[in-house]
Amino acid sequence: MSVSVVNYGLGNLGSVVNMFKRIGTEVRLISTPEEVASSERVLLPGIGAFDHGMQLLADQGLDTALRDFAATGKPFMGICLGMQLLLDRSEEGITNGLGVIPGESLKFESAPGLRIPHMGWNAAVPQHADPLLAGVENDNRFYFVHSYRVVPTNSDDILTLTQYGQPFASMVRSNNVMGAQFHPEKSHVFGMTVLKNFAAL
Amino acid sequence: MSAFPRVIPVLLVSDGYLVKPIKFDGSRYIGDPINAVRIFNEKQVDELVICDIDATPKGTGINYTLIEEIASEAFMPVGYGGGVSSAADAKRIVSIGIEKVVLNSIVDRSPEVVTEISDALGASSTVVSVDAKRKLTGGYETFTSRAKRKTGLSPVDAALRAEKLGAGEVILSSIDRESTFIGYDTKLIRAVTEAVSIPVIALGGASGIPDFHEALDAGAAAVAAGSMFVLNGKHRAVLITYPSPAEVRGLLERSY
Repeated sequence: MSVSVVNYGLGNLGSVVNMFKRIGTEVRLISTPEEVASSERVLLPGIGAFDHGMQLLADQGLDTALRDFAATGKPFMGICLGMQLLLDRSEEGITNGLGVIPGESLKFESAPGLRIPHMGWNAAVPQHADPLLAGVENDNRFYFVHSYRVVPTNSDDILTLTQYGQPFASMVRSNNVMGAQFHPEKSHVFGMTVLKNFAAL
Repeated sequence: MSAFPRVIPVLLVSDGYLVKPIKFDGSRYIGDPINAVRIFNEKQVDELVICDIDATPKGTGINYTLIEEIASEAFMPVGYGGGVSSAADAKRIVSIGIEKVVLNSIVDRSPEVVTEISDALGASSTVVSVDAKRKLTGGYETFTSRAKRKTGLSPVDAALRAEKLGAGEVILSSIDRESTFIGYDTKLIRAVTEAVSIPVIALGGASGIPDFHEALDAGAAAVAAGSMFVLNGKHRAVLITYPSPAEVRGLLERSY
């Protein structure tokens, strides 16, 4: 049971690492394609702009390594921007995403009274049963900060929906590749449960 | 859009340690901030605010090392206040894992900086702290720099200005009530919440759940407290506490 967290120069990974430690999962920060290849399961975090994130991955040869990793069938999870990078493209940029889950990210349409970014605690409603959701199926809440929402091509890939002006996919999963739009590392007991479930896949 | 009522501990840091002043004056040593963050993780706190009270008044500046340590330990969103005086400061704080910046002195000194921060980080990350004190002649006035500098604005005008400049929420603090355990100043809360449309977080005077109900009923979108979460009993011994998830849920049922 070990998790590799990809460190490609985006944001503070301290709380992600500390949360895995708190769960009792062996966790290491990785930054090379070789380390990706030798991982049991990979977590891709990330904050900021889509193109910047993809560029940093490409600079270090991590984009190819992560696509190859996804093809191995081992558990691979993206969180926040890391989730959006799993898809084919984003309205936010012009760079291709990893393309390991079919679909794209779109900006939230602005509406009266709807603040963008979507920031704050919100519920994620399961669309079907999944081991990743064990223990957080009901009465959950997660912490979100994002301006774009993912739209998977295959609606069966939507694991949870969250309501913000409209329902959007807050978690996705396609076989061994999955993503969470919220910050599990800032969603205390609820986020910890999701990360624990991921570490046990 | 989130319907969950927030109950927010506000921790004050001086010289790298947690302290608890009374009515914005003096400071009693409480302990190590990192240890407190770890305890609040266990308590499932939904949001935490940490203010460095030396940064502006004593000119010590922003302690990025401490902020990074706090961000690494906190399993919940954190707001940081103290010495933030430019968009560059705010961006650096957010880049090291803090979700919100809390602005006070700079709002009066250079109001345009609030807008720059709001443009760069979004209104949701931009919080303005309005510190209000009752006037002997009636009414209220607001202060910055830990109640040392008068702004000349009433709390309503200060909150309206914050909203206009791009703040996403206001922390409304009662200077007279800090660490008094006598309940929130609901008159103050009502006046400000009626005037602005952004969420107002009430701070100052809370001693228990009934006070939270009063503040929410007066229009506050969230409730914050300092002493109530760190000092306990008749002798006000240092002990970190926080309402149970069931008690927080109870607030939701009551306030809607």
